[in-house]
Amino acid sequence: MTASSTTSATGIRHRRAPHWPRKIGRSLLILAAVIFLAVFLVLPLSVVFVEAFRQGMHAYLSTIKQPEALSAIRLTLLVAVIAVPLNIVFGIAAAWAMARFEFRGKALLGAFIDLPFSISPVISGLVYVLLFGAQGWFGPWLQAHHVKIIFAVPGLVLATIFITLPFIARELIPLMQAQGSDEEEAARVLGAGGWQMFFRVTLPNIRWALLYGVLLCNARAMGEFGAVSVVSGHIRGLTTTMPLEVEMRYNEYDYVGAFAVASLLALLALLTLAIKTLLEWRYGDEIAAHAPGGH
Amino acid sequence: MRRRILPGFGLSLGYALAYLGLIVLLPLAALAWKASGIGLHGLIRLLSSPRTFAALKLSFVGATFAAVVNAFVGLLVAWVLVRYRFPGRRLFDALVDLPFALPTAVAGIALTALYAPNGWLGQWLVPHGIQIAYAPPGVILAMVFVGFPFVVRTLQPVLESLDRDVEEAAESLGASHPQTFFRVILPMLFPTLLTGFALALARAVGEYGSVIFIAGNIPMRSEIAPLLIVEKLEEFDYAGAAALGMVMLIASFVLLIVISLLQRWSRRWAEHTR
Amino acid sequence: MRQVDTETTMTLELSHLSRRFTDFAALDDVSLSIAPGEFLALLGPSGSGKTTLLRILAGLDYPDSGSVDLDGQNFLAAPARERKIGLVFQHYALFRHLTVAENVAFGLRVRKRRLRPSKKAIAERVEQLLQRVQLDGFGHRYPTQLSGGQRQRVALARALAVEPSLLLLDEPFGALDAQVRLTLRRWLRELHEDLELTTIFVTHDQEEALELADRVAVMNRGRIEQVGTPEAIYQQPATPFVCEFIGKVNKLPLTLSGGRLGMGEWLLDGEPWNGEHAHAVAYVRPEHLALDVPETQPAWSARLRHVYLAGSVAHLELYVPSLDHTLEADIAGEDVAKLGLQPGAQLRVAPRSAVVFAMDKSGEDAAVQGRWVWQAKNAPHA
Repeated sequence: MTASSTTSATGIRHRRAPHWPRKIGRSLLILAAVIFLAVFLVLPLSVVFVEAFRQGMHAYLSTIKQPEALSAIRLTLLVAVIAVPLNIVFGIAAAWAMARFEFRGKALLGAFIDLPFSISPVISGLVYVLLFGAQGWFGPWLQAHHVKIIFAVPGLVLATIFITLPFIARELIPLMQAQGSDEEEAARVLGAGGWQMFFRVTLPNIRWALLYGVLLCNARAMGEFGAVSVVSGHIRGLTTTMPLEVEMRYNEYDYVGAFAVASLLALLALLTLAIKTLLEWRYGDEIAAHAPGGH
Repeated sequence: MRRRILPGFGLSLGYALAYLGLIVLLPLAALAWKASGIGLHGLIRLLSSPRTFAALKLSFVGATFAAVVNAFVGLLVAWVLVRYRFPGRRLFDALVDLPFALPTAVAGIALTALYAPNGWLGQWLVPHGIQIAYAPPGVILAMVFVGFPFVVRTLQPVLESLDRDVEEAAESLGASHPQTFFRVILPMLFPTLLTGFALALARAVGEYGSVIFIAGNIPMRSEIAPLLIVEKLEEFDYAGAAALGMVMLIASFVLLIVISLLQRWSRRWAEHTR
Repeated sequence: MRQVDTETTMTLELSHLSRRFTDFAALDDVSLSIAPGEFLALLGPSGSGKTTLLRILAGLDYPDSGSVDLDGQNFLAAPARERKIGLVFQHYALFRHLTVAENVAFGLRVRKRRLRPSKKAIAERVEQLLQRVQLDGFGHRYPTQLSGGQRQRVALARALAVEPSLLLLDEPFGALDAQVRLTLRRWLRELHEDLELTTIFVTHDQEEALELADRVAVMNRGRIEQVGTPEAIYQQPATPFVCEFIGKVNKLPLTLSGGRLGMGEWLLDGEPWNGEHAHAVAYVRPEHLALDVPETQPAWSARLRHVYLAGSVAHLELYVPSLDHTLEADIAGEDVAKLGLQPGAQLRVAPRSAVVFAMDKSGEDAAVQGRWVWQAKNAPHA
């Protein structure tokens, strides 16, 4: 996924004024694109908020204050707080190995890092059920030791880690490759130890790209539905994250309640987009231009 | 004698491999193992079930259709965003990523609220015989939604860095604007367009959250393969779920390999410059 | 070489260094001895191995075989961070997120606590170094806010901050424009005279190497072709490669006729190989061509085709019809008028001196069999 697009203004305008048939053609193209974006993106976004407030502010607030909504919010935050830092450490380690060293099987490692992106979320959840579920590889052993992973919080965390694993590594690898290792070598020659080099040179150089990756990783971690749905078991108040709470309320025909929780997630998405755009706009160079889906 | 100048190779690679092994490879091994448990006979029975076949067909054909739509619309939007300046351009540009950022469940119920027979748009469309929600078009609509940013975001940087000289050369040789676009620009964009297509396709094939609400999930008609996996799990048919999952995985990989071969062929002219 | 103080009597001894990359040999049996306080240039075209050699000394690469000793101690055993080396990278590798002062202080700040100077001492040292590189007052800027020449000096100050025993510079002027390059070059020479610090720099610019260094090592394809003073490198090139790489040169194929090597009317006397080699190549610098050779001595008759007056020097293009060969000659600009040289003029031309290499055959892939520095007897003046 990822997607960075620095909106460039690289002197793309034509030198001469276009002739009128061109002008009309251009206006039609712009109009078509804008209508599509409006109907396709703005309208779904608006519908979330309109439906959430259909019965007024009071109904909105009271449905959000319900205990199962609050516990869903808490659980969503908890899962993200565990999954994101783990993927940060992995992302940095993988990027360091991939961008700074040559070794056999590097391309294969890159492909494995990307793997979760091309796997259906449902399968991402399924594999953990097959591993830790009652009939899974470790199921009997876990049961004997009273450890619950599937239909419990650890399962939610694992599925979320799986889904969001590539985000940070994918952000850092191309950037670190583009930056090269000169500064790190300079630090070594100047006497810096490994961790000194890392904290004083490497980390400051990748901080904005790291933040960018964390942002995308977090948005996906909090919003993941398919994988989490498979391992959750939908136990109200215990294993329902916000997206699952949305689903359950919707299936119970509690539309205002569903859209109210959905509106919180939509706000998170908007916030993510705003910070992401700000980062691209302010630190575009330090986030590195790269095409999504390829190195 | 030591060769590696920068520290931490063993630590970083070891950690990355261990983490990847535990989080990704071990679970996938469990999938393959469990799937192989149903045997060839079981696999044939699974695939010959009309319901499974219909679901797989909807997932793959629908996703391909959605990716084609996205290739066209994505090209249009990327072109307009890169080449033209108009009020609100930056806002729309930022909004392109909305399907990435918006949780799929939210997208699913929002699209349903729009296109359901009593929805904002559905109440106008359904009386004219255009049924989107609870029918295959709804499935495809949701798939277009989730795949849309891939095409735009893949094309944008390439469009930005496209050499204007070549276009101007074409124009100076007497090509009209449409000729320049179809004979010069489009062939240069094609490999990138294929990449975007492949990404959108891969995403749409496996998509679950945004589809299940609008699909209505009518067996044989609007039921997607991932949903079938969930249903098999709920019936505790682990082997069936695993086998279906494995079939989907293999089919998507074959598809992606074909696309990457096609891509290599389409950029044969770039072989030496890249 | 200059006198050095007795305190830094550390000779760096490189012996039989080899380093292969997958598809080529970056270093092929390189041996070199570097005296304390010396200013040495590693000169060669790209891919000649000079940067690899520098990186090995810096601890950023390791040879496949061979050794480096510093006063009898194995220098390669120490990792980069313990070698006390000042390294200036080609593109400076300044820490972009740190200010100039923080860049310079880096090497001191990362020291172990008991070796680390106090904050005050570091600040003073930084101030002192910035003064030394003429950047006082720039401490709070970021590298991106500096010009190329300024960045280069920051990189130098940063390298000097750790009080290195060896200063290494990788293409120190490579990324600068001509004017800045010239100023910095002189300044670096003066700095070296002040510091008396053993300094090795890599360059592909022969002018830079000849002007700056005490000694120049010319490298080609992973080997050292010649080591010597700039004077020796220029006047007595040891190999055809050095002849062709350093300065402009006329390359003249010679053949043996009647026991003498020569080309057309120009025959050399005193050939040292007793007619053993039928093929040879003579290299003649443009300023070593005499243009008014008396009738008594062997010479070509040539036609002056063009005069390119480049400031104080005039480059002449001469055509010798009997050889169908074009020669280049350089004379002082004022002499053009003095000698009344006009395009079309007929001149009697012969080398005053040449470096001659006996070859096993004619053609580009011939191998050198012997070397002979030839001087014309009672050479006439231009």
